[in-house]
Amino acid sequence: MLGWLDRSHTVAKPGFSRWLVPPAALCVHLCIGQVYAFSVFNLPMTRLVGITESAPDDWKLTELGWIFSLAIVFLGLSAAFTGTWLDRVGPRRAMFTAALCFGGGFLVSALGIHLHQLWLIYLGYGVIGGCGLGLGYISPVKTLITWFPDRPGMATGLAIMGFGGGAMIASPLSVWLMEQFSSPTNVGVMGTFVMLGILYLCFMMIGAALVRVPPEGWAPEGYVAPAQPKKLVTVNHVHVDEALKTKQFYLLWGVLCLNVTAGIGVLGQASAMSQEMFPGQITAVAAAGFVGLLSLFNMIGRFFWASSSDYIGRRNTYMIFFALGMVLYAIVPWTGSVGSVVLFVACYAVILSMYGGGFATIPAYLRDIFGTRYVGAIHGRLLTAWSAAGVLGPVLVNYIREYQINNGVPKADAYSVTMYIMAGLLFVGFILNWLMTPVDDKHHMSEAELKASMEA
Amino acid sequence: MTETTTHHDEVSGANKVKLVLAWTLVGIPLLWGVLNTLAKSALLFQ
Repeated sequence: MLGWLDRSHTVAKPGFSRWLVPPAALCVHLCIGQVYAFSVFNLPMTRLVGITESAPDDWKLTELGWIFSLAIVFLGLSAAFTGTWLDRVGPRRAMFTAALCFGGGFLVSALGIHLHQLWLIYLGYGVIGGCGLGLGYISPVKTLITWFPDRPGMATGLAIMGFGGGAMIASPLSVWLMEQFSSPTNVGVMGTFVMLGILYLCFMMIGAALVRVPPEGWAPEGYVAPAQPKKLVTVNHVHVDEALKTKQFYLLWGVLCLNVTAGIGVLGQASAMSQEMFPGQITAVAAAGFVGLLSLFNMIGRFFWASSSDYIGRRNTYMIFFALGMVLYAIVPWTGSVGSVVLFVACYAVILSMYGGGFATIPAYLRDIFGTRYVGAIHGRLLTAWSAAGVLGPVLVNYIREYQINNGVPKADAYSVTMYIMAGLLFVGFILNWLMTPVDDKHHMSEAELKASMEA
Repeated sequence: MTETTTHHDEVSGANKVKLVLAWTLVGIPLLWGVLNTLAKSALLFQ
């Protein structure tokens, strides 16, 4: 009955357009990008019993914060551990499983709300939904790279742009749904979870139905693989297990981790930072607009930088991220001291575009360094850098700020040292990226190994 | 590694329709999200 999920059933027939694959990937990424908007449920979930205000039996914000953290941890774990499986079964089965996990996670969480059992929400959204996030995130990457050998950066950028844009849809949609389901005795979270679960399940299933893999040996019309590839673009393939033995994997891990750390640290603090650096100029409402604008540039950067990398090269793109990032982070305290909101916003808009660009460009960078055969699985393992950055970034920003305020630094100036430390992290990232070299020939798969892996 | 250069024929009519539908399906919610965000962001410069 589930035979349609097999890789053999997803091979494209003549007359198929490869431009159908990006919307298939977007169907998944636009849904799982919801995770960035999960915080809209936090406050309403502290009033499930008391409705208008928190009752003693209601859950605390600190307890609810674990739902998002668990989801991100399981995103990283599932991406790391299911990459090889995904490679074997193909994108459709992986997307189907991701849809079941992510949509199902919402439904289990709705049951948790109904029974007022927090552990069910940890299990539902955090663990099951988190696995759906990881699987969904990596499932279309290799397929897109294979369909677009001429523009792999643009193709993966399109999909990963959806992950950035998902929150922009989910946030207002969730607020609207909660308004529809709320009543004097209900805050509307359970109904919203059920609706979102069904909606995301259906939307992701459309993606699974649309996705196709190219026939063996396919190439776009007019495309000829370069006979003399660029220095950092291989025509060979490295096995996922072998990739972990190369220094290039760890250099890229560091590059991604440092780029994400710098962005994620300020993303979480953007609202408070803008208000404290510009007291009286940026209100709480305007700060919410600032956060929205950063999300938009995060999304735009994913497409823009990943597409640009097809022309200027992956290493050069990251050189720009690190060099320009250092300059911009160093400038931010100055924008505060001269009171220029426009310059402050402009600096952060570019910084966040490069944060998104870092995520979107890494699959094509991996493809250049390790080849296409195991790029999905290798990408999955590399995403552990994201989990590490998710802890490192906010910790750095929060603790340094707290330390300074405790030592008498005015709130408006408390972010300066943080910004300089972020610039320092980017300098380390610049060096790691600069050290990138092609993988040694001994790590490449032989023709026989490649053939055997294809047959398997 | 050798790479052959086979490619498909013209995109079929049915797939052209699918193409329009699929991009509309993902484009509309994305556009709605972007417009919503821009409307909120405008408050920053008021």
